Amino acid sequence: MRELTYGQGIKEGMRIKMLENPDVFIFGEDVGLFGGCFGVTSGLVEEFGEKRVRDTPISEGAIIGAAVGAAAVGLRPIPELMFVDFATVGMDQLVNQAAKMRYMFGGKLKLPMVVRLPSGGGVAAAAQHSQSLEAWFTHVPGLKVVYPSNPQDAIGLMLTAIDDDNPVIYLENKTLYAMPGQVEDEVKPIPFGKANIKKEGNDVTIITYGKQVYDALKAAEILEKDGIDVEVVDLRSLYPLDKEAIFESVKKTHKVVIVSEEAKRGSYAGEVAAIIADECFYECDAPIKRVCALNTPIPFSGVLEEYVLPNAADVVQAVKSLF
Amino acid sequence: MKISNENIIEMYEKMVKIRKFENRAMNLFAEGQVGGFVHLYIGEEAVATGACASLREDDYITSTHRGHGHIIAKGGDLKYMMAELFGKETGYCKGKGGSMHIADATKGILGANGIVGAGHNIATGAGLGIQYKGTDQVCACFFGDASTNQSTFHEGLNLASTWKLPVIFICENNGYGISVSQARHQNITDISQRAVSYNIPGITVDGNDVFAVFEAVQEAVARARKGQGPTLIECKTYRWRGHFEGDPTVYRPEGELEQWKKKDPIPRAEKYILEHNIMTQPEMDKLNEKIDAMVEEAVDFALASKFPDISSAVEDVYTDIVEEGRSR
Repeated sequence: MRELTYGQGIKEGMRIKMLENPDVFIFGEDVGLFGGCFGVTSGLVEEFGEKRVRDTPISEGAIIGAAVGAAAVGLRPIPELMFVDFATVGMDQLVNQAAKMRYMFGGKLKLPMVVRLPSGGGVAAAAQHSQSLEAWFTHVPGLKVVYPSNPQDAIGLMLTAIDDDNPVIYLENKTLYAMPGQVEDEVKPIPFGKANIKKEGNDVTIITYGKQVYDALKAAEILEKDGIDVEVVDLRSLYPLDKEAIFESVKKTHKVVIVSEEAKRGSYAGEVAAIIADECFYECDAPIKRVCALNTPIPFSGVLEEYVLPNAADVVQAVKSLF
Repeated sequence: MKISNENIIEMYEKMVKIRKFENRAMNLFAEGQVGGFVHLYIGEEAVATGACASLREDDYITSTHRGHGHIIAKGGDLKYMMAELFGKETGYCKGKGGSMHIADATKGILGANGIVGAGHNIATGAGLGIQYKGTDQVCACFFGDASTNQSTFHEGLNLASTWKLPVIFICENNGYGISVSQARHQNITDISQRAVSYNIPGITVDGNDVFAVFEAVQEAVARARKGQGPTLIECKTYRWRGHFEGDPTVYRPEGELEQWKKKDPIPRAEKYILEHNIMTQPEMDKLNEKIDAMVEEAVDFALASKFPDISSAVEDVYTDIVEEGRSR
């Protein structure tokens, strides 16, 4: 075992594949000498050169669109946008082009590309640099969506994402970049659609991913003292979704809280709740709860941002409401 | 003009093929046999034909919502195209794409596209892929006058020129963005002027002169193959039909269509061919008959083909996931 940060894990995943396959390359805003907005690609241009680690103009439509074109002619590009919020500028290329080309063309084209999108709040970056937009992407048929919560998963999911022949949205939580964690010396690819049970428990299931895994674990610790035994499910892959793991846990605990950092209205958390209500309703003996951000843009001032974003105490409160 | 007689005949054949295919599609739509949105290329044949005559089979193109001409010019098969218009399983896209999304990766056709301006960035990406792999292929990007007002035009040309990518940007200026004339959608008359902003060559040619288009594109392709970057070529032309079939074209000034019909690219090419003894009239008639038969064969193929099995609706979303169907 060795220690890496979450950001280093993401880099390690890309590095392994770049060493293995010359068709894998990175491009985006300031990914070269600057090392990426959050330093994730630091050192890669020195190692692989400017051909494979390319700075682009600030031109999100061109970044995503060029990835689509490059993938269509046989490469495996990894475009990076500085913030998930900027995906709006390249959204046509993602939603109408990348996600639909294979289907529209009768399955005769493949588009292997991994779009890296730093997400989430908590860094006083205000409304246009703090969003959690996973529901936008999971809503679109043709995209796969993953969201690692720790360094080891960051590597394993990246290895799988780069080898996948479909467009993959790889969401990263920007407050986790510096977080260290133990990783195996040789990390294996983590298959998509396999959730990770972070903590086993019998009384209530918390379904979450990304940064909120830590809020859930903290809440579990607090609830333990009250005699509530929490199970924490880290989805890791939002689509494909590991429904089996969810249902298995619900069948055991019969109570569910879903935690995400998205605005609650129209959230991916809502989709997970709907799936459980639809396919596993009779196993639930309490309402399915969601703990999300409030339905506001993310405010700047620390006191306001902290209030808007969900935390462990909110999770504790939601769990307690079920007992 | 340095074009071989063989090339000239091939270009003539392509233009006639496009015209006849489109006329047949027009009638099939009027008869209700083909549905959806059909955007016909009649009147603009010289652009796709002249441009694709400069390309190799391993070169790429990106197309538009008005894509039939590009597909035929790049070597698309009329049978699979017609079957796709009918929504049949033998169509290019197995009935999932229709008129606006025909693609053939084996011929470098990266797809017709329903989003105006989407091709600028995709073509740039194909150019990036070519440069990355170090081959001497090129990508031709077809787009209309109105798409040059989309942000993608600027983004694509900016990136392609900055990285000197092998892309030929071919603007089909047919004078209208749907119903809005060029004078009402932009403050310039020659779109080639915009090349100045990217420090790349920009020229305007008569888009109804197949040989003029050919020569301009050939020069641009040669530059691109040598790593000298992209070119913007504006081809001034006109669409005879409405934006889509069913468009009553109330926005056209009286007499405008008639004026443009006098510049029909096909009789112009015929005149040149006969005057230069490249073909005789009987040879030309025979070629026309052959193409008529090909179009009918395509219609027969489409009619005889099956509709796709409904289970295929949930396939091809991903390479490895079949989505859930419904029980009916």
